[in-house]
Amino acid sequence: MTPPGAPEGVRDDGVRDDGLRDRAADVSRGMPDGRAAAPAPDERRLHPVTPLRRAWAPVAVIAGWAVHDPDQAQRHLTRLTMTTLLVALAVLIPAAALYGFLSWWFTHFSVTGTELRIRTGLVFRRTAHIRLERLQAVDVTQPLLARVAGVAKLKLDVVGADKKDELAYLGQDEARALRAELLARAAGFAPETAHEVGEAPVRRLLHVPAGVLAVSLLLTGATWGTLAAALVVPTLLWFATHSLWTVLATAVPLIGAAGAGSVGRFVGEYDWTVGESPDGLRIDHGLLDRAHETVPPGRVQTVRVVEPLLWRRRGWVRVELDVAGSANSVLLPVAPREVAESVIARVLPGVTVPGTVRPPRRAGWCLPLWWRGQGLAVTDSVFVAGHGLLRRSVALVPHAKVQSVRLEQGPWMRRRGLAHVRVDTGANKTVTARLRDASEAAELLYAQADRSDTGRREARPDRWMA
Amino acid sequence: METGTSEDSGRTTDRAAGGPAWISLPPGLLRMRRLLLVVWMGLLTVATGLLTGLLAGPGWAAFALLPLAVLLWGWPMLGRNWRSWRYAERSDDLLISKGVLWHEETVVPYGRMQLVEVTSGPVERHFGLASVQLHTAAAATDARIPGLDPAEAERLRDRLTELGEARSAGL
Repeated sequence: MTPPGAPEGVRDDGVRDDGLRDRAADVSRGMPDGRAAAPAPDERRLHPVTPLRRAWAPVAVIAGWAVHDPDQAQRHLTRLTMTTLLVALAVLIPAAALYGFLSWWFTHFSVTGTELRIRTGLVFRRTAHIRLERLQAVDVTQPLLARVAGVAKLKLDVVGADKKDELAYLGQDEARALRAELLARAAGFAPETAHEVGEAPVRRLLHVPAGVLAVSLLLTGATWGTLAAALVVPTLLWFATHSLWTVLATAVPLIGAAGAGSVGRFVGEYDWTVGESPDGLRIDHGLLDRAHETVPPGRVQTVRVVEPLLWRRRGWVRVELDVAGSANSVLLPVAPREVAESVIARVLPGVTVPGTVRPPRRAGWCLPLWWRGQGLAVTDSVFVAGHGLLRRSVALVPHAKVQSVRLEQGPWMRRRGLAHVRVDTGANKTVTARLRDASEAAELLYAQADRSDTGRREARPDRWMA
Repeated sequence: METGTSEDSGRTTDRAAGGPAWISLPPGLLRMRRLLLVVWMGLLTVATGLLTGLLAGPGWAAFALLPLAVLLWGWPMLGRNWRSWRYAERSDDLLISKGVLWHEETVVPYGRMQLVEVTSGPVERHFGLASVQLHTAAAATDARIPGLDPAEAERLRDRLTELGEARSAGL
């Protein structure tokens, strides 16, 4: 235990020095004294619209309860007289407003030479120091209502940061300016000049037309699968039970899933634009909710090229990417293969998607038929593993991003002289080359460990402009 | 390439000459696991035998053979599993190899280690054992070496931390 007089921060540092773990987001909690509360030079508050966001909470709770249990809600409502209702409102609304106001008032952020500091919390203080050199990606998002109000959320993706560490909301222009400043500082510009550097120029690489996106979604098996389920299952249930409630209870979630898979995806991936700037990759998308993501150079842990069966005739692919600490995973919702490969060559400099080599024929004993879909290739810069027969997927991992390599062999595989090779990346994803020849796999295990070591040494520095 | 000597463990792999210098686990872990097996299965045998014998009749007491069979089967199995565990410190990475039927071999480059932990539960402590667990930025990395001598565990931790710091690399 820390003695009551000691500043909180000291204990934090003591703990952190013990290990090697370098979580980029340090969070300290405690009473509002000590280092955490020391005022930084240029602390700022969020946009004054922010309290309204919090004011929603009590209304949403009541609405949720009413929907969840409509009968009881109605009974309660009839029992309430006008006066009690008015009194409740008179208490509830100021309380919500006060809560919103106070949480806004006690939230500050500041940008120092190496960190973004967010200080928040009314009763329980929370101070997050986000180290800019560890920055993996920056997202500026604008939900529909925020667009109307002219505000935006800014989130820094670092390993260990959570949902609370986003800045919601900032003025639209302020969010852009802050993003430019944070990126300039993370890139290694001198702190004095960082906020004059401004937005890096963007060169547009690709724009996905709405028509292509719509067709691609129509050609996705999952869309039709959920739609068919949403139509067939409730109908069957109706004939089986003749109970309206049962039918509704199954139909609503199924229709919701079908809608989210098709319309929801269309709305989210509408106007998909990928650009390139000195600060890295820029991805802008959305019809109602707009999102602008920036992935600085050298942050991509894995790139996956996915080719659903029905897209193959048109030569379309979907490209996904993994960035540590980031929830976003789509790079291109749909694009012709050549275009996708040219974009991949910009994301992972100089990388082409190589053809993969199948496992030996005897792999069919372990995985009938589907063994043909497995593949492996290793180039100078990436480890490539493919799987899937109908829906083909090829994952590329830069050697510099490999955290550990594993070889796995079960009893049945040993009899056939086969083994899996798994490669773990920093984005908590594992890429597996399945059913390789055992001796090849053993060689690959060591060779891959060496490659990942040298790959890291040759990789670009974290501060990409330095 | 190798650090350490190759005769201390006496078991090198059948891979090409110049393979890594494997170190096996000390016998303490095997002793602990076997003792736990005997104690638990012995208790279970006696309990099953008594309960079924008294309540359902002597014929039913044959069920007590079940835990006994597990005990007899588990004894050599634990030995096999214990023999399969080994690790090697190479110049740039740590190797861990384990498992007989489901064999797994893990390579972790030193530069990727984020945290090295030494843990020792109450039972392990009683037998003078400690485990070393490595963490990388990937949660899937399962690099644990159980049943080490505490002094060896600490030496390994210090050495790994030192090497990790020297080669530390970002994500």
